[in-house]
Amino acid sequence: MPNNIAFYILAALTLCSAIAAMALRNMVHCALCAAGAFAGIALVFLHLDAEFAGLAQILVYVGAVAILVLFAVLLTRGEEIKANIRRASRSWFSGVCASALVFAGIIVPIAYSPGLKHTPAATASAPVQKLGESFVNEYVLPLEVLGLLLTAALLGAVVIAMQDKKEETKSISQPENHPVQKEAVQ
Amino acid sequence: MLGLGIIQGLIETGRNFVGSYFKPERLTTVQYPEERAKSFEASRTIPMLVYDGEDPNKGLRCTACTICEQECPPKCIYIVKDTVKKPDYLGKMQMQPKIFDIDISVCMGCGICAEVCPFESIKMDQVFELSTNDRFGSLLLHKHQLAKSNSYFNKICPTQAAEIDANRAADVHKAELKAKADAEAKAKAAAAATTNAAAGVAAAAAATVAAPKPAPAPAAAAPVSKPASAPVQQAKPTPSTPASPTPSADKKP
Amino acid sequence: MIENADQIFVILLHWLVGLVPEPWRPWLSYLLIIAAIMGVFGGLFAAATIAERKILGRIQNRYGPNRIKMFGIKTFGLIQPIADGIKMLIKEDIVPHAADKVVHYLAPIVLTTPIWMTFAVLPMGRNMTALDMDAGILFYFAMGSATELAVFMAGWSSHNKYSLLGSMRAIAQMISYEVPLVLSTIPVLMLAGTLSLTRVVDAQGGYLLGGFIPHWFILTPWGFAGCIIFLLAAMAESNRSPFDLPEGESEIIAGYLTEYSGFKYALFFLGEYVGMLAVSAMLVTLFLGGWHAPMKALEFIPSWIWFFGKTICVILLYIWSRATFPRIRLDQLLTFSWKFLVPLALANLVVAAVWHFTNGWATPLWASVRWLLCLFLIAVPFVLLGRSLDNKKQSPRLYHYAE
Repeated sequence: MPNNIAFYILAALTLCSAIAAMALRNMVHCALCAAGAFAGIALVFLHLDAEFAGLAQILVYVGAVAILVLFAVLLTRGEEIKANIRRASRSWFSGVCASALVFAGIIVPIAYSPGLKHTPAATASAPVQKLGESFVNEYVLPLEVLGLLLTAALLGAVVIAMQDKKEETKSISQPENHPVQKEAVQ
Repeated sequence: MLGLGIIQGLIETGRNFVGSYFKPERLTTVQYPEERAKSFEASRTIPMLVYDGEDPNKGLRCTACTICEQECPPKCIYIVKDTVKKPDYLGKMQMQPKIFDIDISVCMGCGICAEVCPFESIKMDQVFELSTNDRFGSLLLHKHQLAKSNSYFNKICPTQAAEIDANRAADVHKAELKAKADAEAKAKAAAAATTNAAAGVAAAAAATVAAPKPAPAPAAAAPVSKPASAPVQQAKPTPSTPASPTPSADKKP
Repeated sequence: MIENADQIFVILLHWLVGLVPEPWRPWLSYLLIIAAIMGVFGGLFAAATIAERKILGRIQNRYGPNRIKMFGIKTFGLIQPIADGIKMLIKEDIVPHAADKVVHYLAPIVLTTPIWMTFAVLPMGRNMTALDMDAGILFYFAMGSATELAVFMAGWSSHNKYSLLGSMRAIAQMISYEVPLVLSTIPVLMLAGTLSLTRVVDAQGGYLLGGFIPHWFILTPWGFAGCIIFLLAAMAESNRSPFDLPEGESEIIAGYLTEYSGFKYALFFLGEYVGMLAVSAMLVTLFLGGWHAPMKALEFIPSWIWFFGKTICVILLYIWSRATFPRIRLDQLLTFSWKFLVPLALANLVVAAVWHFTNGWATPLWASVRWLLCLFLIAVPFVLLGRSLDNKKQSPRLYHYAE
């Protein structure tokens, strides 16, 4: 019972944050509640003794992804922070059916997956070490592909940002384009 | 190389930190209410009226000429002349102010009044703790509040005060010499008048007696004038007295 | 006797916990540890504030605060933190009318909570780690990165242009300096072979040359470079001068702290200083040998005294550099992080790898060759990077006119 109650509390926290992230009017509040949901998931990981996963979840999701989402919200829809929720369909019944189907589609494979039948092995003495070893022995290809993907994303971001700057520099540095200097030249 | 400047900066501040415990120039704070910073001679805040001697009423140098009142740019000086006259340091009768008010909320500390005063009477003071409790009344300083003794003036402006005292002493000495010479001449004239009627021989004898008289007279006058000037200068501090023999020696006719 | 002095707090804890019946024991043990950590580091925080003010004062040719008296006795300003605490507590807590009240209230809490949690994994003496986690370093950095969200919350909820700008700049700075911070600790992990901080400290035990030179990581080429990078990145993470652009008073009023007064401001202030303490303690643990003594002869001094002594020395270094350097501009700050510290930290990784694989070179001749080789391998990128950033020709400034 004491073991489970912690899980129930954490699950309740995560679910409430996720629902709030969906339902709140103010976009920034939604993003902050999403960060709370990420923290809840991290706590569930930690509850299951998956230290590395939980802490990496906090480091990456709460520390970086949440900030990214917030920046995106502020820099794109800065003026209208309130979410204008437009209903896609009139009746709520079709919405419930759609969400039930999605939920079933996720839960059924998990419930019937063979991995769930295994009892978890006794926690290894150095799970982080085992994780590292498996990264470079068994799963080295996915690791390298992930690295490539991240590098591509970084390069893409730099290229997009650079392009904007180049256009601006080209257009402003020429005096013909500049209204005030144009008048001065004439 | 990168980083050398940083190390140099750290060494400099470290030196400041360690030096602040041993060297006074690396800890220049003056803890205000307990200590005050030394002010230098030329600093000035509001004017003051200098008086010689102990009694401000008798020794006040101001003669109510109202030049400072006329020259003051914001017109913060208010003078009313008195009908009673008093003698100044040379013995001449001068006027004196009945009312001498300065509004220090208006005074801008320019020092023009001190520059134009012909009697070395109004000088610039160095007090800065001038705040009062009420807004306007206490900031109008009256004659008794403005009067500061000459010894105070010497303390705050030593070289200027010493020069003024020396000049005044020389003036006193000159006046005394002149008085002595006048007295001598009068006595001489009186003696000549009394003996003239007696005999013509007495006039010739008086002429021969009068001739060597002027020669020892200045020599006799010099030691005579020194004890005479000494009581006048008793109020002034001793640094001025050694100064007086030398100007008087220079000013001997 | 020496053993007892060293383990005195552990013995005390066991004795106190033994006084209560069995089911309550873990709770009491955790509560006592938490109370002890908050008490000790709270006291260190107070001492750090007054030390900073007085040391800054002396460096700037003046006294620091020195007039506070307790019961009529002169205390030379040493109980000033008490006065500061009382002042913060009795100040009015003003919340702007248009501010987002919930987020405004939560921001200081979200800031200080993870920072207090970072102390759980630091080994403060022999057997004196509150929570010996397997992934201790990762826990530490995870908690450090959670504070960035609080900075954003503070800036945005104040409904003030300057706060928002300040918090954006603060977040940009913190994210930029996370990278060199973590990268500089990776050589330590590589060479200690573990993420657990207690084992990192254990790996720094032992002495060379007959007990005179300790095995601390700072005395290796990669450790020295890593320590400097960690120090600079940590200064930037805790918004400490010379990297205090987000909260510089002359720059942007108080940045994201503008609309905070009273106890909320005190919490931010506390968060900054306690963050500085946490990062100093981390530096000591990773590079300066944790609770180990520098010489075998000095081992009689208890381990926790060494730990706190070294932490205080690092804090003094922070205060010294605050007094010395001018504030760094935002573009200089970001250039420094991305174009200098990150490449240097990556080069440091290579050097650490070389050091690890030449571990077999034990004879004095080969050991010095190994040392010089690694030093050369880290000094060359350092000089080259420094040169490349120095001679940067300033491109003509771009002015974006409002059309």
